[in-house]
Amino acid sequence: MKLSVVKELLNAEVLTGHEQLDRNVTNAYAADLMSDVLSSLDDKTILLTGLTNTHAVRTAEMMDIHSIVFVRGKSPDEETLKMAETNGIVTMKTDMILFVASGILYNEGLRGAVIVR
Amino acid sequence: MIAIQRSYAVEKNDFTKAGEVSSNIKKIMKQVGVEPEIIRRVSVAAYESEMNIIIHSYGGTIDFMITPEYIKLVACDRGPGIENIELAMKKGYSTAPQNVREMGFGAGMGLPNIKRCSDEFIIESEYKSHTKLVLVFKQSM
Repeated sequence: MKLSVVKELLNAEVLTGHEQLDRNVTNAYAADLMSDVLSSLDDKTILLTGLTNTHAVRTAEMMDIHSIVFVRGKSPDEETLKMAETNGIVTMKTDMILFVASGILYNEGLRGAVIVR
Repeated sequence: MIAIQRSYAVEKNDFTKAGEVSSNIKKIMKQVGVEPEIIRRVSVAAYESEMNIIIHSYGGTIDFMITPEYIKLVACDRGPGIENIELAMKKGYSTAPQNVREMGFGAGMGLPNIKRCSDEFIIESEYKSHTKLVLVFKQSM
């Protein structure tokens, strides 16, 4: 699924990486605790989270996750967005809660991130 | 590939710089052309180790070494040490305070995750003294 489709489905506002919405995602991980996210090893994963600080972006950077959706209408601060920009990570925000955003994407074909080993 | 060695200081409760060491290590691995799958495993282990020092210790260091055969991370802190290593290694067990959880950490997955990512994992901890992690990642060459 292209990120542009994710944006439409979640009625999301793109915050960084406007020019990279043609990237493809196949899997998703939804969590607010980043240590949980770090326990999956998989690329082409999109991260859905209510955590809007720099740790969400750092976690994505370490995991080669190239896109993040911030849920529940939360906006990250400038430093977080700058870090996303520097690392080429697409970020967007939606007013939907985590459950609803995840459900919509699952319904449209995204699957859970693969936990290896 | 030539051998590279770096040593970084990590300070207690320094959440603003959290992840900078791991980010640096990741960039070096990319520059020298380490395999992406290994880069990810080392990065995750480095990040978890860095966060552990920031959250749980009085401060410490992370040493990083790349040779053509392996990558080595040594994370060492100045205490207070882990009272029960077996419990700390249990998935979901966490001693992180509420303010740390609100920042997205303290899921109790740190040490098990570090172990999963590394090919060799040695943990040495003395309560009221220090904790030292030695992690080795083999490079398939």
